[in-house]
Amino acid sequence: MKKIHALIAAIVLAASSAQAADVTLLNVSYDPTRELYKNVNAAFAAEWKAKTGDNVTINQSHNGSGSQARAVIDGLDADVVTLALAYDIDAIAQKAQLLPANWQKRLPDNSTPYTSTIVFLVRKGNPWKIKDWPDLVKPGIHVITPNPKTSGGARWAYLAAWAYAEKKPGGSKEAAQKFVHEIYAHVPVLDTGARGATTNFAQRGIGDVLLSWENEARLAVQEEPGKFDIVYPSNSILAEPPVSIVDKNVDRHRTRKVAEAYLQFLYSKKGQEIEAHNFYRPRDPAILAAHAKDFPKITLYTIDDVFGGWTKAQATHFADGGVFDQIYKPSK
Amino acid sequence: MRRPTDDSILTRGLLIAITIGFIGIFLLLPLLTVFTSALANGLQAALDALRDPDAISAIKLTLIVAAIAVPLNLVFGVCAAWLVSKYDFRGKSLLISLIDLPFSVSPVVSGLIYVLMFGLQGWLGPWLRDHDIRIIFALPGIVLATIFVTFPFIARELIPLMTDQGRDEEEAAVTLGASGLQTFLRVTLPNIKWALLYGVLLCNARAMGEFGAVSVVSGHIRGLTNTMPLHVEVLYNDYQYVGAFAVASLLALLALVTLTFKSLLEWRYADEIAATHRH
Amino acid sequence: MRSAAISSPFARLRNPSVLPGFGLTLGFTLFYLSAIVLIPLTALLLKPWTLGWSGFIAAITEPRVLAALKLSFGGAAIAAVVNAVFGLIVAWTLVRYRFPGKRLVDALVDLPFALPTAVAGIALSALYASNGWLGGPLSLLNIKIAFTPIGVIFALIFIGLPFVVRTLQPVIADMSAEAEEAAATLGATRFQTLRRVVLPALAPALVTGTGLAFARAVGEYGSVIFIAGNLPMKSEIAPLLIIIKLQQYDYEGAAAIGLVMLAASFVIILALNLFQSLLAARR
Repeated sequence: MKKIHALIAAIVLAASSAQAADVTLLNVSYDPTRELYKNVNAAFAAEWKAKTGDNVTINQSHNGSGSQARAVIDGLDADVVTLALAYDIDAIAQKAQLLPANWQKRLPDNSTPYTSTIVFLVRKGNPWKIKDWPDLVKPGIHVITPNPKTSGGARWAYLAAWAYAEKKPGGSKEAAQKFVHEIYAHVPVLDTGARGATTNFAQRGIGDVLLSWENEARLAVQEEPGKFDIVYPSNSILAEPPVSIVDKNVDRHRTRKVAEAYLQFLYSKKGQEIEAHNFYRPRDPAILAAHAKDFPKITLYTIDDVFGGWTKAQATHFADGGVFDQIYKPSK
Repeated sequence: MRRPTDDSILTRGLLIAITIGFIGIFLLLPLLTVFTSALANGLQAALDALRDPDAISAIKLTLIVAAIAVPLNLVFGVCAAWLVSKYDFRGKSLLISLIDLPFSVSPVVSGLIYVLMFGLQGWLGPWLRDHDIRIIFALPGIVLATIFVTFPFIARELIPLMTDQGRDEEEAAVTLGASGLQTFLRVTLPNIKWALLYGVLLCNARAMGEFGAVSVVSGHIRGLTNTMPLHVEVLYNDYQYVGAFAVASLLALLALVTLTFKSLLEWRYADEIAATHRH
Repeated sequence: MRSAAISSPFARLRNPSVLPGFGLTLGFTLFYLSAIVLIPLTALLLKPWTLGWSGFIAAITEPRVLAALKLSFGGAAIAAVVNAVFGLIVAWTLVRYRFPGKRLVDALVDLPFALPTAVAGIALSALYASNGWLGGPLSLLNIKIAFTPIGVIFALIFIGLPFVVRTLQPVIADMSAEAEEAAATLGATRFQTLRRVVLPALAPALVTGTGLAFARAVGEYGSVIFIAGNLPMKSEIAPLLIIIKLQQYDYEGAAAIGLVMLAASFVIILALNLFQSLLAARR
């Protein structure tokens, strides 16, 4: 009798482990990482197969960072989230308690395996001679940037402009507010997402300068060679797009192990190399040095230094009635 | 000779010119833009975009969604039209208005209501999660949103026609001993078949083309929950403009097939349709 | 023609017909309507009230919300009026005249029903952007359409047109020429005939079609979003503001705007249907 039980147990075990040999992960990410994760997923699947013999399929979902966070809060079954800013993952922790509040401390470097920054994309030959932030508010210039309320990249761009004006010699919070105000007076179209703004700039011929993620600008230049130039301002912001597993979901799917390995892979030599190839700045100093010509060194302020972290920046600048809303006060 | 009810050549020419100009600028040009953009890099590039695995899975998903949503709305449309046109009862205007309502609900709101119902923070979300049932960010949610958006299409097509036709014929049939079902199949259906078919065609075209509502409930998982219109957006945002317009062309072609089919019917069966209409 | 007895307001729900199936069809219609439309809409109906009455009022009277509602309703109204004028001409021409390409024009009228809104939006913005087929020549004349409120109106004209044309066409076709002939015989000019005889006969259908076009345009999102500039206070439509509120996890604020729009649409449609049944009863 016992033998039969053992046999059944063995079969069940075998069946379940045979099932586990095909794992599926869902990575919920923001818009500009499409190309990056296509490459990362292929490389990770190969490595995981070699290490464990299991087949891992990683499904991708891309959209604006904020709406992705909301989808996860509303029940989109993400195993890992890789979003544009920490605030969006904080929201998942706060509103849905799907991961602990201290999630950002669990992985190295604020849980951001790669960083980026905000640069200027201008038309070939830089006809308006745009060199640095003050040039954006010259008369007649049209600046393209998406709506900071809906786009993560636009929030980084807004904060980069603010940081420039506050930190420059003789700068202050008041000067920064005035400067940001002026920039948005030069914005003719506020798209909802970074990709929409890039399309308006590149395809529709709207505007003279696009405030863009560094990786987006590089991609645009690569996609349409000879049409655009990239301008690095004297300083910008250190954009940290963080990653995390979604604890409640991976525990329910029993995918914690592979999800953690997936995020670890982003920090590995191989992962960092792929990120550098997709124009994200790798954290690994050796790999960053190897790609130094791709990533010009400019002063990068961090959000903690200038704004005291995301929660504070969000409340001051982007919440309803915040500084950004005051720009669009009815003009009476 | 000119009849007194004819308009002068001048008026006639002017009105025809306005009609063609207006339709040309507002309807034809946008349509042509879609096709020319799709073929910007030649036919092969457009066809390649349609052969991509993500495109194929989007096409499949769209077909499945339409295959569920349209028959359900068909049954409902016939049922509601029968109810509204064959009986008098209180609150009929209210009922018709409620049936019409999804026409004018913002697609964004149509998606939102299902999130509020079935989302993890919504009424039924936690219970559904405990029982491992997925509604939003999966097929059922997409189907629900599609049904909502196309809800009035068939009923709307049938109600005015069946109201106009009255109920004398049906009442005669029933008095002569026919069952309800026989009456419907033998008397009503032949009278409404063209309107019904047209309603189905429109409902189907809209079901396949819905963007806003589906976008809110889809979750955007590539190869799994992206329908064709969402795939258009994905490609458009991936710098694959030709691909985006290629898939868009497929949807536009669907619209054109629908319209051609409808025109053919009207042309081929003009007398019959006129007969049922003026009944 | 139609044996529509005007039921007294206090009459009970009743089945005066010999036709079977009243219970079945009523039951199924109400069930399906509730399951798909009414119960989910209740979720929207109840959501904003967690803010309380004053919170709700505050949410919808914010200047930015008011500006967006004004644009959505105002833009839809202008588009509906444009569609009323041109839709009338199109419908009249298609019914009364013969000309080459008539069948094509007739078929094209339904295009906005069938073409996905996102595709329409992308096509319109490609067409009217300053490097587009129409935007280019227009920008030489210093006229900007894409990314301005005019762009919003253009997109709304696109989606609303078939409602007017398709409502008018059968009425024009059914209209007998006798009254027109009589008026002409009595010495009325063609213009007088059109104004005094034809237009009044078409008025109900025109009102209905325009109303439907308006109700549809108020909530439109997919085709507008690509061509509107989306600037707060200027070219930001109400459905976009709903999305923006959602992005900030402000479900109540989003639902409040949604509720206002829903209520407005419902009132318009209900008024149109009451108007119709009133006319039918009087006939």
